[in-house]
Amino acid sequence: MLSINELRASIEGKEILKGINLEIKPGEVHAIMGPNGSGKSTLASVLAGREEYEVTGGTVVFDGKEILDMAPEERAAEGIFLAFQYPVEIPGVTTINFLKTAVNEIRKYKGESPLDAAQFLKMVREKAKLVSMNDSLLKRALNEGFSGGEKKRNEIFQMAVLEPKLAILDETDSGLDIDALRIVAEGVNSLRSPDRSAIVVTHYQRLLDYIVPDYVHVLYKGRIVKSGTKELAFELEEKGYDWIKAEVEAVG
Amino acid sequence: MSNETIDLKTRLVTDFYARESVMNGEASSAFHQKKRAALAEFDQLGFPTTRNEEWKYSNVKDLTSVLYNFNAGSSITTADLEDLRIPSQEANILYFINGHYNADLSVLVSAASQIIIDSLQEAYKKDPVLVNTYFNELVEDEKDAFTALNTAFAHDGVFIHIPDNQTVEHPVILRFISDARIQNVGSQPRNIIAVGRNAHVKVAEAYRTLGNERSFTNTVTEIFVSEDAGVEYYKVQNESENAYHIGTTKVKMLDRSQFYSGTVTLNGRFTRNNLNIILDGERCEAHMYGLYFPDGTQHVDNHTVADHRKPNSESNELYKGILRDRSKGVFNGKIFVRPDAQKTNAFQSCKNIVLSTDATMNTKPQLEIFADDVKCSHGTTTGQIDEEALFYMRSRGISQSEAMALLMFAFCADVISQIRIDSIREYLEGVIAEKLASK
Repeated sequence: MLSINELRASIEGKEILKGINLEIKPGEVHAIMGPNGSGKSTLASVLAGREEYEVTGGTVVFDGKEILDMAPEERAAEGIFLAFQYPVEIPGVTTINFLKTAVNEIRKYKGESPLDAAQFLKMVREKAKLVSMNDSLLKRALNEGFSGGEKKRNEIFQMAVLEPKLAILDETDSGLDIDALRIVAEGVNSLRSPDRSAIVVTHYQRLLDYIVPDYVHVLYKGRIVKSGTKELAFELEEKGYDWIKAEVEAVG
Repeated sequence: MSNETIDLKTRLVTDFYARESVMNGEASSAFHQKKRAALAEFDQLGFPTTRNEEWKYSNVKDLTSVLYNFNAGSSITTADLEDLRIPSQEANILYFINGHYNADLSVLVSAASQIIIDSLQEAYKKDPVLVNTYFNELVEDEKDAFTALNTAFAHDGVFIHIPDNQTVEHPVILRFISDARIQNVGSQPRNIIAVGRNAHVKVAEAYRTLGNERSFTNTVTEIFVSEDAGVEYYKVQNESENAYHIGTTKVKMLDRSQFYSGTVTLNGRFTRNNLNIILDGERCEAHMYGLYFPDGTQHVDNHTVADHRKPNSESNELYKGILRDRSKGVFNGKIFVRPDAQKTNAFQSCKNIVLSTDATMNTKPQLEIFADDVKCSHGTTTGQIDEEALFYMRSRGISQSEAMALLMFAFCADVISQIRIDSIREYLEGVIAEKLASK
């Protein structure tokens, strides 16, 4: 489904990703862990098409298509979804209107006719229930005045509505208490299926108690330096990142 | 002397005296004497140059470099107006074509006991004393060449008089159409809106152009708001790429009255709006909202004044603009708080999005406060579209152009929602969404 090969990217002339290689098959959940500043969020941003980052090398093939030359909206229409670490507040645009525009723009991209108001509302209500999202938030301006938990829940709600093939969760657990974390994780789990994949970017292991990954990768200094199964996450939780850093420095 | 060597000012002054010479007895009326004085003032002031502080960023040289036919007839029919429609709503709709009232196209629905609506000419014929009570009373001391010019040539426009205690349910929509299909045309509408005690009315002025020759509209509206009265006043400008518009609206408010205004400039080559409000009563409330969307080489200039003369009143102002291409915008907001106007609250804000490096916005708040117990604030911002918001929307599959349109519409939404004549607001929502999506 996703094949990242020797991906390099920089911002303002500083190289952050220094050759990332990653294979994700349909249905798999991969966790990307690593210390602060290792390039985790950069990887998520580059995959979603954030334009501040300059891709300096490598390829990213998603569902058979090279995506690095695609605009962010084309990647979204192809089925990539980024749940933001810091969701943006947009005054004057309601969540419901925003999502309706998004759904219909993606349908247009796929050559499908737009959903009518009744179909759209029915679908949205079901998805809101799925992530325990209060209906009243839908009518409010997007994320404006939302609490941290509401913002993150809104990300998962949008994901449920857009039904992406590949979801990238960028530190979705940051700033959430345990109840909010559970609700967000349940939303993510309910969307798991044999043809959907996810990349879960996180600093801590605790999210992985709820969203159990098939593989865990450790990103350090712009490279994946260690890969394993969920046991690797427990090891990191127990021992921290220093032993990994030491291993890398010894080799380098 | 050939036409080319006669400048606009000379032509206007010559025309005035030529008309006066055939007026017979009416030339000695008090009404005409006001016009005569105004002509002399215009002659003395001349058209403003950019050396005049009030016109520093707005150069009228282009406007005054050609002649206009101020007496152009028009063969306009209902069919010609099809494209210029505003969604229907039961309303008093008056048409002025090249400045002249057209009774055939107009529709009046409100009862005569509630509201007197006449063309200025007709009103003057019926009751010259009443009209003269109001005419030029507010703008006489403006010291503005265009206002003086309008007064000198005031001939047609609307006269609205609401008796005490009447609430007029149906809005009054004034459609000013410049028919510039065959020649350069000029018009100088003069409007008087006199609202009695505890009376309420909604009035909109809507300006459109037919054809692509030049049009020059020089309009003046005087609004008298009595004690406890409420007036909502909107101005919608959707004119051609060759339309020049200079407009002055002056308002005088008495105790406990409320005045709401919305000024929306959608299109036009050169637009200058003066909105001057005198809060001459206690516990008055004045609200001013504005929106402008210049593109190409369009020029939009809004000058506003909130003149607090008595204690305990409030003024509140919010103007917003989106500028593209090589367009220019000007905002000048004056707030005066006179020595007697203690406990005044006055707020002003002007926010702009400038989408091109070639577009410019000049903003100048000007506060002159002579009382010590007041709350005043002002702020202006000029920025670009929020890139983070744009990426957020695009990451959900919304195209860049659609995301831009949504963000810009959202930026305008708080002003649009202040337009409380439904048909006008719906019309604006449609035109604005279309305009924002077009690029």
